[in-house]
Amino acid sequence: MSDLDLFSIVIVSTLIVFFLAQQKAKKWQMTDSGITLHSLPGYYGYLSALWTAIPALLIFAAWSFLEVNATSMLVVGQFAELQALDKSSLSLALNEIHLLAGSGGASSAADASINAQAAVLYLQYMDDSFLLKTSSVLAIAALGFAFTYWRITPATRARNSVEQLTIYALLACATIAILTTVGIVFSVILESIEFFKQIPITDFLFGTHWSPQIAIREDQAGSSGAFGAVPLFWGTIFISIIALMIAGPLGLISAIYLAEYADKKVRSVIKPILEVLAGIPTVVYGFFAAITIGPLVRDFGNYLRDIGVNLDIEIMANLTVSTESALAAGLVMGMMIVPFILSLSDDVISAVPDAMRDGSTAMGATKSETVWKVIVPAALPGIVGGFLLAISRAIGETMIVLMAAGVAANLTANPMDAVTTVTTQIVTLLTGDQEFDSVKTLAAFALGLGLFITTLLLNIIALHVVRKYREQYE
Amino acid sequence: MNNTDIVRSSLKKRYAKEKRFKAYGILSIGLSLFFLLFLLFDITHKATPAFTQTYINLDIDFSHKNLRLEEKSSYSEKELFNASYRKLTSKALYQLFPEVKDRREKKTLRKLVSSGAQYDLRDLVIANPNYIGTKQSIWILADDDVDTFAKDLIDRNLPEVQRRVKDNQIAWIDHLQAQGKIQKELNTKFLTQGDSREPEQAGIWGALKGSLYVMLLTLILSFPIGVAAAVYLEEFAPKNNWFVDLIEVNINNLAAVPSIVFGILGLAVYINLFGVPRSAPLVGGLVLSLMTLPTIIIATRAALKSVPPSIREAALGVGASKMQVITHHVLPLAMPGILTGSIIGMAQALGESAPLLMIGMVAFVADIPQGFLDPSTVLPVQIFIWADSPERAFIALTSAAIVVLLIFLFLMNLLAIILRKKFETRW
Repeated sequence: MSDLDLFSIVIVSTLIVFFLAQQKAKKWQMTDSGITLHSLPGYYGYLSALWTAIPALLIFAAWSFLEVNATSMLVVGQFAELQALDKSSLSLALNEIHLLAGSGGASSAADASINAQAAVLYLQYMDDSFLLKTSSVLAIAALGFAFTYWRITPATRARNSVEQLTIYALLACATIAILTTVGIVFSVILESIEFFKQIPITDFLFGTHWSPQIAIREDQAGSSGAFGAVPLFWGTIFISIIALMIAGPLGLISAIYLAEYADKKVRSVIKPILEVLAGIPTVVYGFFAAITIGPLVRDFGNYLRDIGVNLDIEIMANLTVSTESALAAGLVMGMMIVPFILSLSDDVISAVPDAMRDGSTAMGATKSETVWKVIVPAALPGIVGGFLLAISRAIGETMIVLMAAGVAANLTANPMDAVTTVTTQIVTLLTGDQEFDSVKTLAAFALGLGLFITTLLLNIIALHVVRKYREQYE
Repeated sequence: MNNTDIVRSSLKKRYAKEKRFKAYGILSIGLSLFFLLFLLFDITHKATPAFTQTYINLDIDFSHKNLRLEEKSSYSEKELFNASYRKLTSKALYQLFPEVKDRREKKTLRKLVSSGAQYDLRDLVIANPNYIGTKQSIWILADDDVDTFAKDLIDRNLPEVQRRVKDNQIAWIDHLQAQGKIQKELNTKFLTQGDSREPEQAGIWGALKGSLYVMLLTLILSFPIGVAAAVYLEEFAPKNNWFVDLIEVNINNLAAVPSIVFGILGLAVYINLFGVPRSAPLVGGLVLSLMTLPTIIIATRAALKSVPPSIREAALGVGASKMQVITHHVLPLAMPGILTGSIIGMAQALGESAPLLMIGMVAFVADIPQGFLDPSTVLPVQIFIWADSPERAFIALTSAAIVVLLIFLFLMNLLAIILRKKFETRW
């Protein structure tokens, strides 16, 4: 028998309970005409079924979540050798024990290694745990069934109880949003505190040297283990600026044109087509930036450098050019953000009351004068809010920068050069196999914390600005 | 000069400005459209080579000696599975080019066919045991470099050191081509195989199946929870309650949290705290459903809001309870809107890759996943893995995988649009 079987048993018995209770209620209805049911017969069925299934399934879920860790702890408690291990080698040993147990236990009883013995014990405990789990889940289900089935009477307010339970279930679903935020905060903050215990927070925030490789030997070159995040912040901001310089004007002017100039038919065709840009997965943009735009930018950079050499312009002759560049990533990211700015600006521009347009036109202003002197100033808070949201999206974007901007932590203002960003570093630090407590991994969580806080603040400000603006014209 | 004259004299300039501004508008829309077309064209153009594969016709000698099988009338499948197929293609190639004697040359000659050809031959023999002891002319899958060369993607005029196909290989390929022994066929491996280090053997079936599992789990989790949360917030939540406000603020903010942060959450909570296996569709689905929840909740709330109060009042008037009003009338009427929003949320989740990198779905997985706990990858991450590979042939494969992904996304969005058009009710 497996977890799935147990689960199916609970579900099937719940269905049976539903029909039993429903039949019971129907019988009252049929035999004694004097009795009036409080609720429809189905509700008696639902009530009994809910009381049978919910406590049993809760126990089942909690047990299943905890049993692996709890059993492992029990097993470790039995072996002094395992207790003596430090945290990371213990988790390695546990992994091996789980693997051994998964492959059907130790190959033979004679296999005397500690891990093999532990695996045998682990399997044994898991069997016990499953037996205990099965019996308690079934017992709880039976109790719940008995508790309701024999207590329901025609006067039981079954519908009200079922509805109240449903509302609690709905509330529980809504609470998941809070749990998610708590989970995010919890997962980044704990590790970040650990990180800042080892690396002072000022070094992290103001240090200009980023090289997360920790030297294994003292004299090793190039592995200083510096965690100055300024180059990452700069790379992120640099690419976002490039993206905004592309997407800002393009998105805003397109929005103005579509809202003020284009006729309805053109608008209804063009807008969805441009919104396709927002639906394309970021990994596709990343590939495009790395394979097509990157080499184009590099060739352009080389061309500029050749001109610089020929004309003896020092700044151009010394241009560093690489295939992975801030410009390639920023360009493509800009195009990705265009529909985002377009639809947000379009919303606020359409929300400007027509009376203001008419007034301006009546004064003899041309359409473009109306746009720049009346509509844009009136819609400015909304537009700014949209730009802030766009910046927040650019900062959090991962795939494009990961594939097209490189991993070299350069502090440079040259858009043709490779830069790295916060998101890129989080991915490179956390992918690949490494122990979980090293400073390198902890650094990724600190970066994640920074990213989360920054985007959160930007979003709160942006939403606030947009909401304030909406109130103005409502 | 009076005011009218001042205005009149500036009119020309102002009209020119107006025209210029209009032109900027058209230009910026044009630029965005051009970029979109360029991107789509560039990717489909790069993808086209991946839809065919080069095959080389070889006379394979399935003699007992070559297969290392003893002579008898029938063989069990296991015997056939364990027979030796490694040297079959090399022997056929040596026979075609008897002039090749040098060991190093022989090695490059062997490399004309894919290193996976022996497994294709094995499957062929298991399917047709009567081939044993005979000589058959068979189309054998070519190596990816030969394939790329045959598609004219490698310039033969480059100096030898700069191309992956050597001079003698080119001579052999030309020879085979002259004899009609090279041909391109539809690439079936691309859609039926898992990932592989050899581009000619690699396919997206494993990633597609991984995506299917992840999407299934995401749908199962996020749709009911999202709809339930939205129903609570829209219909039952008390007004001016700090807890409800907290939920609302959280949903709005989660919708804008960078996707990679959800990956960190998955890594720290699901994998490290709860011990969910790494790289499995289970943890991928758990992470993506958290990401999709805000989208579904927001869409559902909008759909619930658009159901007019008259419907609710009519139902309440004939004695339905509030819950009955919602389950019998409001939800069914709002369903098209809810489904449209959910499909769009699922489409976003299908294209998502950053959080999945964090939870180990970026590992190289050659096997086709068979369940929610098998290590697997998903289509967008497969694209990322291939995009990182140095072989030239992977560019075509990556682009082809992108085309497949975009087709799926297109179909999902089309479905959403059709749903909206078909069931949209204007109250």
